[in-house]
Amino acid sequence: MTHDAGLPTHDSHQGVEHAHPTPKTYALIGLVLAIITMAKVSAYTQQSIRPILVPILLVLSACKFAMVVGAYMHLRFDHPLFLAVFGFGLAVAGSVITALMFLFGQYPLPHHG
Amino acid sequence: MAQAVQTTIDAGAVPPVEAPVAPLILEHPHTSTGLDSRKLLMWAFLASDCMFFGTLIATYMVYKNRSIVPPLPRETFDVPYTSVSAFVLLLSSLTMVLALAAIQGGQERRMRIWLSATALLGCVFLGGQFYEFTTFYRDGLTLSSNLFGSTFFTLTGFHGTHVFIGVFWLSSLVAQSFRGRLHQRDSLWVEIAGLYWHFVDIVWILIFTLVYLIPD
Repeated sequence: MTHDAGLPTHDSHQGVEHAHPTPKTYALIGLVLAIITMAKVSAYTQQSIRPILVPILLVLSACKFAMVVGAYMHLRFDHPLFLAVFGFGLAVAGSVITALMFLFGQYPLPHHG
Repeated sequence: MAQAVQTTIDAGAVPPVEAPVAPLILEHPHTSTGLDSRKLLMWAFLASDCMFFGTLIATYMVYKNRSIVPPLPRETFDVPYTSVSAFVLLLSSLTMVLALAAIQGGQERRMRIWLSATALLGCVFLGGQFYEFTTFYRDGLTLSSNLFGSTFFTLTGFHGTHVFIGVFWLSSLVAQSFRGRLHQRDSLWVEIAGLYWHFVDIVWILIFTLVYLIPD
Protein backbone atom coordinates (compact mmCIF):
# COMPACT_ATOMS: atom_id res chain seq x y z
CA MET A 1 0.00 0.00 0.00
CA THR A 2 1.31 3.37 -0.91
CA HIS A 3 0.34 6.63 0.68
CA ASP A 4 1.45 9.21 -1.83
CA ALA A 5 1.31 12.76 -0.62
CA GLY A 6 -1.31 14.82 -2.32
CA LEU A 7 -3.46 11.87 -3.25
CA PRO A 8 -6.78 11.29 -1.58
CA THR A 9 -7.14 8.23 0.59
CA HIS A 10 -10.33 6.37 1.25
CA ASP A 11 -11.45 3.05 2.58
CA SER A 12 -10.94 0.22 0.21
CA HIS A 13 -13.05 -2.88 0.24
CA GLN A 14 -10.39 -4.67 2.16
CA GLY A 15 -10.88 -2.44 5.16
CA VAL A 16 -7.52 -0.74 4.74
CA GLU A 17 -6.64 2.66 3.41
CA HIS A 18 -4.78 3.20 0.19
CA ALA A 19 -4.28 6.05 -2.20
CA HIS A 20 -5.91 6.32 -5.60
CA PRO A 21 -5.01 8.98 -8.13
CA THR A 22 -7.26 12.00 -8.50
CA PRO A 23 -9.42 12.54 -11.63
CA LYS A 24 -6.88 15.13 -12.73
CA THR A 25 -4.13 12.51 -12.55
CA TYR A 26 -6.31 10.06 -14.46
CA ALA A 27 -6.78 12.66 -17.20
CA LEU A 28 -3.02 13.30 -17.29
CA ILE A 29 -2.37 9.57 -17.63
CA GLY A 30 -4.95 9.47 -20.43
CA LEU A 31 -3.10 12.26 -22.21
CA VAL A 32 0.20 10.40 -21.92
CA LEU A 33 -1.47 7.23 -23.24
CA ALA A 34 -2.84 9.17 -26.21
CA ILE A 35 0.61 10.63 -26.94
CA ILE A 36 2.16 7.15 -26.80
CA THR A 37 -0.50 5.87 -29.22
CA MET A 38 0.26 8.73 -31.60
CA ALA A 39 3.97 7.96 -31.29
CA LYS A 40 3.28 4.33 -32.20
CA VAL A 41 1.27 5.23 -35.28
CA SER A 42 3.81 7.82 -36.43
CA ALA A 43 6.64 5.30 -35.90
CA TYR A 44 4.70 2.89 -38.10
CA THR A 45 4.60 5.44 -40.91
CA GLN A 46 8.34 6.27 -40.77
CA GLN A 47 10.28 4.19 -43.27
CA SER A 48 13.64 5.29 -41.83
CA ILE A 49 13.16 3.41 -38.55
CA ARG A 50 11.85 0.16 -40.05
CA PRO A 51 14.78 -1.91 -38.73
CA ILE A 52 14.04 -0.93 -35.13
CA LEU A 53 10.28 -0.55 -35.50
CA VAL A 54 9.33 -3.79 -33.74
CA PRO A 55 11.32 -3.08 -30.53
CA ILE A 56 10.00 0.49 -30.45
CA LEU A 57 6.39 -0.67 -30.81
CA LEU A 58 6.81 -3.39 -28.19
CA VAL A 59 8.37 -1.02 -25.65
CA LEU A 60 5.69 1.65 -26.20
CA SER A 61 2.94 -0.97 -25.92
CA ALA A 62 4.48 -2.32 -22.72
CA CYS A 63 4.48 1.23 -21.30
CA LYS A 64 0.80 1.67 -22.17
CA PHE A 65 -0.05 -1.74 -20.76
CA ALA A 66 1.76 -0.99 -17.48
CA MET A 67 0.13 2.43 -17.14
CA VAL A 68 -3.41 1.13 -17.65
CA VAL A 69 -2.92 -1.87 -15.36
CA GLY A 70 -1.03 0.09 -12.70
CA ALA A 71 -3.04 3.31 -12.59
CA TYR A 72 -6.48 2.67 -14.11
CA MET A 73 -6.87 -0.87 -12.74
CA HIS A 74 -5.23 0.24 -9.46
CA LEU A 75 -2.93 -2.74 -9.38
CA ARG A 76 -0.13 -0.48 -8.18
CA PHE A 77 -2.15 0.51 -5.15
CA ASP A 78 -4.04 -2.70 -4.43
CA HIS A 79 -3.20 -5.85 -2.51
CA PRO A 80 -0.19 -7.77 -3.89
CA LEU A 81 -2.29 -10.92 -4.21
CA PHE A 82 -4.18 -9.35 -7.12
CA LEU A 83 -0.86 -8.65 -8.83
CA ALA A 84 0.26 -12.23 -8.20
CA VAL A 85 -2.94 -13.73 -9.62
CA PHE A 86 -2.96 -11.51 -12.71
CA GLY A 87 0.80 -11.75 -13.15
CA PHE A 88 0.58 -15.54 -13.19
CA GLY A 89 -1.98 -15.50 -16.00
CA LEU A 90 0.03 -12.92 -17.90
CA ALA A 91 3.25 -14.93 -17.51
CA VAL A 92 1.55 -18.10 -18.77
CA ALA A 93 0.11 -16.21 -21.75
CA GLY A 94 3.48 -14.65 -22.57
CA SER A 95 5.21 -18.02 -22.28
CA VAL A 96 2.65 -19.67 -24.58
CA ILE A 97 3.10 -16.97 -27.24
CA THR A 98 6.89 -17.13 -27.07
CA ALA A 99 7.04 -20.94 -27.02
CA LEU A 100 4.67 -21.35 -29.95
CA MET A 101 6.53 -18.78 -32.02
CA PHE A 102 9.81 -20.60 -31.44
CA LEU A 103 8.20 -24.00 -32.10
CA PHE A 104 6.69 -22.90 -35.39
CA GLY A 105 9.78 -21.08 -36.59
CA GLN A 106 8.74 -17.46 -36.33
CA TYR A 107 11.99 -16.91 -34.42
CA PRO A 108 14.76 -18.89 -36.13
CA LEU A 109 16.83 -20.85 -33.62
CA PRO A 110 20.61 -20.97 -34.15
CA HIS A 111 21.89 -24.22 -35.64
CA HIS A 112 24.89 -25.80 -33.94
CA GLY A 113 27.33 -28.22 -35.58
CA MET B 1 -12.63 -22.02 43.18
CA ALA B 2 -14.77 -21.26 40.19
CA GLN B 3 -15.75 -17.96 41.75
CA ALA B 4 -12.05 -17.11 42.31
CA VAL B 5 -11.23 -17.81 38.67
CA GLN B 6 -14.17 -15.67 37.57
CA THR B 7 -12.95 -12.86 39.80
CA THR B 8 -9.47 -13.09 38.27
CA ILE B 9 -10.89 -12.92 34.77
CA ASP B 10 -13.05 -9.95 35.65
CA ALA B 11 -10.09 -8.18 37.20
CA GLY B 12 -8.00 -8.68 34.05
CA ALA B 13 -10.76 -7.81 31.66
CA VAL B 14 -10.81 -4.52 29.80
CA PRO B 15 -13.46 -2.26 31.32
CA PRO B 16 -16.31 -1.43 28.97
CA VAL B 17 -15.74 1.70 26.93
CA GLU B 18 -18.34 4.33 27.59
CA ALA B 19 -17.76 6.40 24.50
CA PRO B 20 -19.70 5.26 21.43
CA VAL B 21 -17.53 3.37 19.01
CA ALA B 22 -18.02 3.93 15.30
CA PRO B 23 -19.27 0.71 13.76
CA LEU B 24 -16.78 -1.08 11.56
CA ILE B 25 -18.48 -1.31 8.22
CA LEU B 26 -17.33 -4.35 6.30
CA GLU B 27 -18.68 -4.32 2.79
CA HIS B 28 -17.94 -7.96 2.27
CA PRO B 29 -18.12 -11.09 4.39
CA HIS B 30 -15.03 -12.20 6.29
CA THR B 31 -12.66 -14.13 4.05
CA SER B 32 -9.46 -16.01 4.83
CA THR B 33 -7.46 -13.62 2.65
CA GLY B 34 -9.12 -10.51 4.03
CA LEU B 35 -9.88 -9.53 0.46
CA ASP B 36 -13.23 -9.26 -1.22
CA SER B 37 -13.87 -12.55 -3.01
CA ARG B 38 -15.73 -10.83 -5.84
CA LYS B 39 -12.74 -8.69 -6.72
CA LEU B 40 -10.33 -11.61 -6.36
CA LEU B 41 -12.58 -13.66 -8.61
CA MET B 42 -12.53 -10.95 -11.26
CA TRP B 43 -8.73 -10.83 -11.18
CA ALA B 44 -8.63 -14.64 -11.46
CA PHE B 45 -11.01 -14.43 -14.43
CA LEU B 46 -8.85 -11.78 -16.06
CA ALA B 47 -5.79 -13.98 -15.53
CA SER B 48 -7.57 -16.85 -17.29
CA ASP B 49 -8.68 -14.48 -20.04
CA CYS B 50 -5.01 -13.51 -20.48
CA MET B 51 -4.27 -17.14 -21.29
CA PHE B 52 -7.27 -17.28 -23.63
CA PHE B 53 -6.19 -14.23 -25.60
CA GLY B 54 -2.57 -15.40 -25.35
CA THR B 55 -3.41 -18.54 -27.32
CA LEU B 56 -5.40 -16.58 -29.90
CA ILE B 57 -2.59 -14.04 -30.36
CA ALA B 58 -0.03 -16.87 -30.55
CA THR B 59 -2.11 -18.62 -33.22
CA TYR B 60 -2.32 -15.41 -35.26
CA MET B 61 1.43 -14.80 -34.95
CA VAL B 62 2.30 -18.39 -35.84
CA TYR B 63 0.17 -18.36 -38.99
CA LYS B 64 1.16 -14.85 -39.97
CA ASN B 65 2.63 -14.71 -43.49
CA ARG B 66 1.66 -18.33 -44.14
CA SER B 67 -1.41 -17.62 -46.20
CA ILE B 68 -1.07 -18.96 -49.70
CA VAL B 69 -3.95 -17.08 -51.27
CA PRO B 70 -4.78 -13.37 -50.92
CA PRO B 71 -5.94 -11.10 -49.43
CA LEU B 72 -2.93 -10.58 -47.17
CA PRO B 73 -2.67 -8.27 -44.12
CA ARG B 74 -0.71 -5.45 -45.78
CA GLU B 75 -3.22 -5.05 -48.57
CA THR B 76 -6.17 -5.30 -46.22
CA PHE B 77 -5.53 -3.15 -43.15
CA ASP B 78 -6.42 0.52 -42.92
CA VAL B 79 -4.13 1.54 -40.06
CA PRO B 80 -5.23 5.22 -39.77
CA TYR B 81 -8.84 4.05 -39.44
CA THR B 82 -7.99 1.44 -36.80
CA SER B 83 -5.87 4.03 -34.97
CA VAL B 84 -9.03 6.06 -34.42
CA SER B 85 -10.72 2.96 -32.99
CA ALA B 86 -7.74 2.47 -30.68
CA PHE B 87 -8.08 6.09 -29.51
CA VAL B 88 -11.78 5.59 -28.87
CA LEU B 89 -11.17 2.53 -26.71
CA LEU B 90 -8.36 4.31 -24.89
CA LEU B 91 -10.65 7.25 -24.19
CA SER B 92 -13.30 4.87 -22.86
CA SER B 93 -10.79 3.61 -20.29
CA LEU B 94 -10.40 7.18 -19.06
CA THR B 95 -14.16 7.73 -18.79
CA MET B 96 -14.48 4.40 -16.98
CA VAL B 97 -11.96 5.30 -14.32
CA LEU B 98 -13.60 8.72 -13.93
CA ALA B 99 -16.93 6.94 -13.35
CA LEU B 100 -15.33 4.92 -10.57
CA ALA B 101 -13.79 8.03 -9.01
CA ALA B 102 -17.21 9.71 -9.18
CA ILE B 103 -19.11 6.96 -7.37
CA GLN B 104 -16.36 6.58 -4.80
CA GLY B 105 -16.80 10.29 -4.16
CA GLY B 106 -20.57 9.89 -3.85
CA GLN B 107 -21.32 11.72 -7.11
CA GLU B 108 -23.90 9.38 -8.59
CA ARG B 109 -25.09 11.67 -11.38
CA ARG B 110 -21.54 12.22 -12.56
CA MET B 111 -20.95 8.48 -12.37
CA ARG B 112 -23.94 7.86 -14.62
CA ILE B 113 -22.62 10.37 -17.15
CA TRP B 114 -19.16 8.80 -17.28
CA LEU B 115 -20.54 5.25 -17.39
CA SER B 116 -22.88 6.21 -20.23
CA ALA B 117 -19.97 7.85 -22.06
CA THR B 118 -17.92 4.67 -21.63
CA ALA B 119 -20.74 2.50 -22.99
CA LEU B 120 -21.22 4.93 -25.89
CA LEU B 121 -17.52 4.85 -26.76
CA GLY B 122 -17.69 1.06 -26.61
CA CYS B 123 -20.56 1.19 -29.11
CA VAL B 124 -18.52 3.47 -31.36
CA PHE B 125 -15.66 0.97 -31.25
CA LEU B 126 -18.04 -1.89 -32.06
CA GLY B 127 -19.53 0.11 -34.93
CA GLY B 128 -16.03 0.73 -36.27
CA GLN B 129 -15.20 -2.93 -36.02
CA PHE B 130 -18.41 -3.88 -37.80
CA TYR B 131 -17.59 -1.45 -40.61
CA GLU B 132 -14.04 -2.84 -40.82
CA PHE B 133 -15.29 -6.42 -40.95
CA THR B 134 -17.82 -5.67 -43.69
CA THR B 135 -15.14 -3.82 -45.70
CA PHE B 136 -12.81 -6.80 -45.41
CA TYR B 137 -15.65 -9.12 -46.42
CA ARG B 138 -16.29 -7.05 -49.55
CA ASP B 139 -12.56 -7.27 -50.31
CA GLY B 140 -12.77 -11.04 -50.22
CA LEU B 141 -11.44 -11.71 -46.73
CA THR B 142 -13.68 -14.11 -44.83
CA LEU B 143 -13.30 -16.50 -41.93
CA SER B 144 -12.56 -19.30 -44.37
CA SER B 145 -10.72 -17.52 -47.20
CA ASN B 146 -7.20 -18.17 -45.86
CA LEU B 147 -5.15 -18.60 -42.64
CA PHE B 148 -4.97 -14.85 -42.16
CA GLY B 149 -8.76 -14.51 -42.37
CA SER B 150 -9.38 -17.39 -39.94
CA THR B 151 -6.94 -16.22 -37.27
CA PHE B 152 -7.69 -12.51 -37.69
CA PHE B 153 -11.47 -12.80 -37.44
CA THR B 154 -11.24 -15.26 -34.53
CA LEU B 155 -8.94 -13.00 -32.54
CA THR B 156 -10.61 -9.66 -33.20
CA GLY B 157 -14.08 -11.23 -33.13
CA PHE B 158 -13.55 -12.58 -29.64
CA HIS B 159 -12.23 -9.20 -28.56
CA GLY B 160 -15.31 -7.54 -30.05
CA THR B 161 -17.49 -10.00 -28.15
CA HIS B 162 -15.75 -8.94 -24.94
CA VAL B 163 -16.44 -5.29 -25.78
CA PHE B 164 -20.09 -6.12 -26.46
CA ILE B 165 -20.43 -7.87 -23.08
CA GLY B 166 -18.74 -4.88 -21.46
CA VAL B 167 -21.17 -2.43 -23.08
CA PHE B 168 -24.09 -4.54 -21.87
CA TRP B 169 -22.61 -4.67 -18.36
CA LEU B 170 -22.03 -0.90 -18.21
CA SER B 171 -25.54 -0.22 -19.51
CA SER B 172 -27.00 -2.45 -16.79
CA LEU B 173 -25.01 -0.50 -14.18
CA VAL B 174 -26.43 2.77 -15.52
CA ALA B 175 -29.93 1.28 -15.39
CA GLN B 176 -29.34 0.09 -11.81
CA SER B 177 -28.21 3.58 -10.87
CA PHE B 178 -31.32 5.17 -12.38
CA ARG B 179 -33.42 2.73 -10.34
CA GLY B 180 -31.61 3.90 -7.20
CA ARG B 181 -29.84 0.60 -6.60
CA LEU B 182 -26.27 1.76 -7.10
CA HIS B 183 -24.84 4.02 -4.44
CA GLN B 184 -21.46 4.95 -3.04
CA ARG B 185 -21.41 1.86 -0.83
CA ASP B 186 -21.84 -0.30 -3.94
CA SER B 187 -18.82 1.18 -5.70
CA LEU B 188 -17.17 -2.23 -5.81
CA TRP B 189 -19.57 -3.28 -8.58
CA VAL B 190 -18.40 -0.35 -10.68
CA GLU B 191 -14.79 -1.15 -9.82
CA ILE B 192 -15.19 -4.78 -10.94
CA ALA B 193 -16.89 -3.73 -14.20
CA GLY B 194 -14.05 -1.23 -14.64
CA LEU B 195 -11.43 -3.96 -14.23
CA TYR B 196 -13.11 -5.91 -17.02
CA TRP B 197 -13.33 -2.84 -19.23
CA HIS B 198 -9.70 -1.86 -18.74
CA PHE B 199 -8.69 -5.43 -19.51
CA VAL B 200 -10.54 -5.21 -22.82
CA ASP B 201 -8.55 -2.02 -23.49
CA ILE B 202 -5.15 -3.55 -22.69
CA VAL B 203 -5.92 -6.54 -24.91
CA TRP B 204 -6.62 -4.10 -27.74
CA ILE B 205 -3.29 -2.37 -27.05
CA LEU B 206 -1.60 -5.70 -27.78
CA ILE B 207 -3.81 -6.62 -30.75
CA PHE B 208 -3.37 -3.20 -32.36
CA THR B 209 0.40 -3.47 -32.05
CA LEU B 210 0.94 -7.13 -32.92
CA VAL B 211 -1.68 -7.46 -35.64
CA TYR B 212 -1.91 -4.03 -37.26
CA LEU B 213 1.35 -2.18 -36.66
CA ILE B 214 4.10 -4.79 -36.73
CA PRO B 215 5.01 -5.28 -40.38
CA ASP B 216 4.92 -8.65 -42.13
